[in-house]
Parts: sequence; C-alpha cells; structure tokens
Amino acid sequence: MTGALSIRNVGKVYDPDGARVFALDDVSLEIAAGELCVVVGPSGCGKTTLLNCIAGFDTVSAGEISIDGALLAAPGRHLAPGADRMVVFQAGALFPWKTVLWNITCGPVLSRRLTRPDAEARARALLSRVGLAGIEAQYPAELSVGMKRRVEIIRALINDPTVLLLDEPFRALDALTKSVMHEALLELYDLSRKTIFFITHDLEEAIFLADRVAVMTTRPGRVKKIITVDLPRPRNYRLLATPRYGELKQEALEAIHEEALKAFVAGERELA
Amino acid sequence: MWQGLAGIALFLALWQIGTWLRLPMLRHVPAPLDVLVQFATVVQSRQYWLSWYVSGQRVFLGYAIGVLLGVPLGLAMGMSRIFHGVSFPLVEVLRPIPPLAWVPLSILFWPTMEQTIVSIIFLGAFFTVVLNVLGGVEAIDVSYQRAALSMGARPWHLFWRIVLPATAPSIFTGMAVGMGLTWEIVVAAEMIASIQAGLGFMMWQAYVGGNIALIIVSMASIGLAGLLSSTLIWALGRRLTPWLRRT
Repeated sequence: MTGALSIRNVGKVYDPDGARVFALDDVSLEIAAGELCVVVGPSGCGKTTLLNCIAGFDTVSAGEISIDGALLAAPGRHLAPGADRMVVFQAGALFPWKTVLWNITCGPVLSRRLTRPDAEARARALLSRVGLAGIEAQYPAELSVGMKRRVEIIRALINDPTVLLLDEPFRALDALTKSVMHEALLELYDLSRKTIFFITHDLEEAIFLADRVAVMTTRPGRVKKIITVDLPRPRNYRLLATPRYGELKQEALEAIHEEALKAFVAGERELA
Repeated sequence: MWQGLAGIALFLALWQIGTWLRLPMLRHVPAPLDVLVQFATVVQSRQYWLSWYVSGQRVFLGYAIGVLLGVPLGLAMGMSRIFHGVSFPLVEVLRPIPPLAWVPLSILFWPTMEQTIVSIIFLGAFFTVVLNVLGGVEAIDVSYQRAALSMGARPWHLFWRIVLPATAPSIFTGMAVGMGLTWEIVVAAEMIASIQAGLGFMMWQAYVGGNIALIIVSMASIGLAGLLSSTLIWALGRRLTPWLRRT
C-alpha cells in the first residue's frame, strides 16, 4: 500500500516587503498509507498553506515533505503539481465550460492514462455510486452545490492519486447536505482507501470522518495535538449520538477553543 | 421578439400622431408614412444597395483585422507579466484617443481614403477587444489552473482547455461592443472623408440635397445594419459558449 505522507519540521515564511510573516512553524505530521487525516484549526492558522505546499502550489521555507520516502518539497526544491496529489478546492473548480462527464474524465484521458471509453465507464460507475447517475451531460452550473462537490471528489479519485487533498470542501454547504456529503465521501473512501489529507474548521466533521485529527495552533501554525479517533468503520450518522463521539468532540473542542480565542484576541488587536 | 416589434410600432405611431398634431419640434420632420414611401423608392435603386455593400465591406475589413489582432494581443497581455508590463501603458495611452482623432494622421499615412477609413474602424474594434480579452484572462479563477495542473495538464492544455474557454465569454462581449463602435465610426468617417459611396455618404448627400425623408431612411438603415451585425456576433457567441445558455 502506498501513500504514506511525511511532513517533517515544515516552516513557511512569507516575506512581503521585509515584513516576515510566519505562516507555518515546525509542523510535523506523519500520515500512514490509507489514513484519513483531518487537520483542524482556526482561520488563518496556515492549514491551506500546508496543503498548497504538499500539492506543489507553494514552496516551503524549512523542513521537508515526502510521500513514501520520495521528496516532494524542501527549501529551494518542490515537485510540480501532478495527478499523484489531487486537490479538491474550497470554492470548487469544476470547469464551467465542460459537461460533468468531460470534467471527470479529462485528466486521465488527456494525459493518456485511460482510454476515453474506460474513463467514461468508471465515471458512470462512480457517479451512480453516490446517487448521481444521469447527470453526465449537464454543465456544472446546472447542478446544486452538493452535487458539484461529489462530482469534484469523483474527478479527483478517477485520477488515481497517491494522496487526496481536500481543502474545506464542504464549507459552503448547509448542515443537512453536509451530512449527506460526509457519508458519500466515506463511501468513496471505503472503496479505494486512498490517503486523505482533509482540512476543515468544523470539529464534528473532523471527528466523524477522521482516523486522526490534528489540531493546529493559531499563526504561526504548529501541530498542537493529535487525537486518534477510535470509532469503527463503516460509519454512519448514528455515530453522532454515541458517548465515545461526544468524548472525542469534547477533547478536540478544548484544544481548539483555546486557539480560536487566541486568534480572536489577535484579530481584535489588529483591528484596534 | 413581439414585444420588441410592439415597441417599434408604438414609437412610429406616436411620431405619426405628433406630425398630425403639428407639434413644433416635428415641423421639419416628415411623417413615418412619407419616410416609408421614400424607403420604398430608394430600395429599388442600385445606389442604395451599393451603399450597404461599401459600408459593410469597410466595417467587415476593419473589424475582422481588429478582432484577429486584438484577441491574441489581449490573451498575451493577460498571460505574460513581462508583455503586460511593456504593452499595457502604451495601450492605455492610445486607447482614450477617439478613433476619429486619427483621421488627419491616417490620411497622411495611408495612400487611399478606403484604407484610411478601414484603419480607423480597425482602431475602434481593436482596443475594445484587447481590453475585454485582457479583463477576461485576468478574471480567471486560479483554482481552474491549479486543478488542471493537479490532473497533469501540460502548458498547451492550460491554454487551449482553460484560458481560451474561460475567456470566451469576454471575447464575445468585446466583439459585440466593438461591432457597435464600428458602425458609429464608419458613418462619421464617410461624412468627413471624400469618398463616393456608403450609408454615411448617402445621408450626407441627402442633407446637402435637402431630402429629409432620405436622411431618415439612411439613419434607419445604419441602425438596421448595426442591429444585424450585433445579432450575428451574439448568435456566434451563444453557439460557441453553450455552457452559458441554460443558466
């Protein structure tokens, strides 16, 4: 099994006009192959920066990131983005000018990893798996936000990444749609068991989905606490009512509340 | 469609009633029925259709060159920071100069009046297209390119599969706005330049000859020509951007 993601002592300094801003400071996180790891933290804690460094959209200032021992990023070096690290973006990035089917199949077809018939067959199978059969010929603008997110996750999975990077994918959704999305994501996860790096600031979402939850500190971002979620899989919404879920949530809440408070006070000070 | 025709009919009816009532500002203006009669005569003349043809040809040439050069230039300015740095200030200085202000210099520069008029039409279409395309490229969400890179896109994929379709709506907006400008310019140019045919020329001749009904026929013809060409551009745009149609 491949997909062990190793983040070692990673730092990121932004230096616009000499004002050194520490976005990440000495972040270390070892994610096992096939693990679903959720990173939570207050807004502006550097979660997205860390994801961008893994994806190859940004560079690190210190430390190193590797997958299965192969170096991805170190100061002065970074591997360009590629299909081994698929990203699902916060605001969504389905191409509005193409149909759902083309959006899903374009990666493997254009880079000749799958033939068009094969890719389309896989796309149809995955779509019906999450209850979206029959929307292949529609344009993204004709879909609801929840449908778009599922299509986007399928588009990421069909590229057969080593790691799947999700940047607050369900942020814009209402609570009901969110719970449907969580079950759809877990269903797809159970199919392939890709390593998943998932960012959110929603604690309930984090615990429901994760094998482990990493709580980050407010800026500069650091890993403050790792909570192992020992809840059985496959999971469904009934889990939310169990006492163990409540305990884990309490534990995470205490860790993150302190950070949220710090971020809030820092924000107040900036405004004053 | 029917609402539009009803609006035009209402406008003509009010105008007709106004002339019957002998409103002072309509004293020298013929009634729509008289204009219609003039129109019926003029469509039988070869000269009238020649005017359409000549003006249309000038517009088409200047516009086509403007679009063919403007789209690539706008795309290049949007994609290359260095090229943007070199060319944007120049474009911004030249753009506010009204196309008609180029007439004296163009007359000196181009050997024939025909080329002068086409070059001025070109300028009107060109800057409009360049700025719309540039705006379109700059407004592309960076997530699209990142998503494409994640899926293993090569540089040419980014251009053909992301930049071009993402900019297409802006290209057609620029083309439609530019088309409207070209008809304004061709008429004005034909009125000041010494040439022998064209819808603007026809109107000027009618003015010199004191035929007011013919002036109005010329004006309506110019309006129709503009409407026709804009409709063509929008139809082309809708056909090539099907994802915008159903939203």
